[in-house]
Amino acid sequence: MSALVVVAALALTGCATHSEPPASTNTPGAGFPVTVTPTGGKAVTIATRPTHIVSLSPASTEDLFAIGAGPQVTAVDKLSDYPSSAPRGDLDAYKPNVEAIAAKKPDLVIVYSDTNNLVAGLEQLKVPVLLLKAATSLDDAYGQLALLGKATGHTADADKVVGDMKSQIADVVAKTAKKPLSYFHELSADGYTVTSKTFVGQVYGLFGLRNVADAAGGAGDYPQLSAEQVVAADPNLIFLADTTCCQQSAATVAARPGWSTLKAVRNGNVVTLDDSVASRWGPRVVDLVKAVAAAVQKAS
Amino acid sequence: MARPTRLAWWHLLITLVALLAVTVGAVLLGAIDLGWQRVLAEVWAQLTGGVSPLSEQESAILWQLRMPRVVLAGLVGAALACSGATFQGVFRNPLADPYLLGAAAGAGMVVTIVVVLAPGAGVAFLPAAAFVGALGGVALTWGLGRSTGAGTATLLLAGVAVASFLTAVQTFVQQLNTLTLQQVYGWILGGLSTGGWSQVLSALPYLAVALTVLCTCSGLLDVLTLGDEEAASLGVRPGVVRLVVLGAASLATAAAVSVSGLIGFVGIVVPHVIRLLFGASYRVVVPLSLAGGAIFLILADIVARTALAPAELPIGVVTAFTGAPFFVLILRRRQS
Repeated sequence: MSALVVVAALALTGCATHSEPPASTNTPGAGFPVTVTPTGGKAVTIATRPTHIVSLSPASTEDLFAIGAGPQVTAVDKLSDYPSSAPRGDLDAYKPNVEAIAAKKPDLVIVYSDTNNLVAGLEQLKVPVLLLKAATSLDDAYGQLALLGKATGHTADADKVVGDMKSQIADVVAKTAKKPLSYFHELSADGYTVTSKTFVGQVYGLFGLRNVADAAGGAGDYPQLSAEQVVAADPNLIFLADTTCCQQSAATVAARPGWSTLKAVRNGNVVTLDDSVASRWGPRVVDLVKAVAAAVQKAS
Repeated sequence: MARPTRLAWWHLLITLVALLAVTVGAVLLGAIDLGWQRVLAEVWAQLTGGVSPLSEQESAILWQLRMPRVVLAGLVGAALACSGATFQGVFRNPLADPYLLGAAAGAGMVVTIVVVLAPGAGVAFLPAAAFVGALGGVALTWGLGRSTGAGTATLLLAGVAVASFLTAVQTFVQQLNTLTLQQVYGWILGGLSTGGWSQVLSALPYLAVALTVLCTCSGLLDVLTLGDEEAASLGVRPGVVRLVVLGAASLATAAAVSVSGLIGFVGIVVPHVIRLLFGASYRVVVPLSLAGGAIFLILADIVARTALAPAELPIGVVTAFTGAPFFVLILRRRQS
């Protein structure tokens, strides 16, 4: 329970630090047109400062509001639930509908996945589209913030946000003693997890934690581990990123057949994370880093 | 080979030995290799009160994860195969399976609605939801079939109509709530991965009653194959027999679906294999399908647990992928 309280407290303080957009230091309209090139994508030219942005990516929505481009956002997808000042969306990023997006009259659309050839469809309508795929590293996440800053006319704000994130993360990591603890990061109750190569895996790597999925030899970076495998690995820490989606908690984990024998369960080191914070590569990564730091501190 | 119409001792012997063998194999095999000598030593230690050779985690893997799962696979396989054989007898249709009367569609619809209405908290109620949905689907079919006429053909068509309708409702609800897609899909594919002793205990009473009824009544299915008039002249009331055995088969199916989701192919392929190997009489097919279904699903679950280890294959994929070629092989050998 105490871990939950710690995470909740961190999430609250996190809100306080991030939801106030920095004061704009940029002159609106200056510096356009700009050309930006997302990682692994092609160059996109934005003719004028966008004022009707549609974001179908929850992480990018958080980025936009953090760098002060929030007032330029017209519509978001229905999973973009943060910050609270963002518009509430009805667009579905899983089943994107070009007409529904076009009806918002966007001058910039941001997506994280080219579902149903959405990008080509929007380009036919002469709407610039930024395809910002899930970040694969912290640097990638910082790069996306900088890119969004340039694309929306908030370059200096974005640089400041990135700088703050870097210094906060460095500070937290420096203050936390490194322990060779093992961990299991749970994405769903049927055992889907991450390896240390993923974005979130690298966050754990900052603290020198050892991922039990690495040794298990599963397929890809998001493998599934059977319950037998997790019980045999007996991790020091279990992080639950399926608390909102699937209502998992320290209690439900302890009640699973065989799991009550695990060190993490016995020592109270089953840590509940906010699913969104643990799966988005936006400014709230700092909250994730703090939550992991608190868990490491407690477990060691 | 003679085609006996009675259950012979050697039938039982063969199937029970095979069941014992696959059960032992299933307990020894898994994503984690515990070593067969150590597992046997552990079982011996538990029986004699000796010192366990396994660590606490390994012991939990064996007794709390693997054992209940093997037992659950056996129970679900037995229920589906036995129900499938019964459905084939009642409808005199070789393609009849336990899901024919709307059990699968009913369970699928109610599970989807529960997941959508209570995405998190509903998880605990999914077994009950599937159970109620499966029985509800069959009851709807039964009511519809009875109100539009007698006869098994009407019932069959009512089943098709009900299943299509309930599946359409499920798909519609699903489309409105794409976020829950993964959860519903995972359930529909079927699986025993979350099975523990509590699920074994929750399904056992229903299965015990239903499977006892099915095995006891299996001789009456042979009488039904003669046709309703002939059956009536022999003192059997076809309508009552159908109500009782379809009710029991649906109860067994609902209990199986509630703990394992939808696992296809077992209900069709196992009774046919038994028929080809041991004879066509339902007095033989129904009881032996009980053991045959258990053997088949335990084997399928071994593959599900180990083929992609550490990940798991959905068991429905395994039953179809391994069952279909095996079935064709048996058919061809039978013809030659």
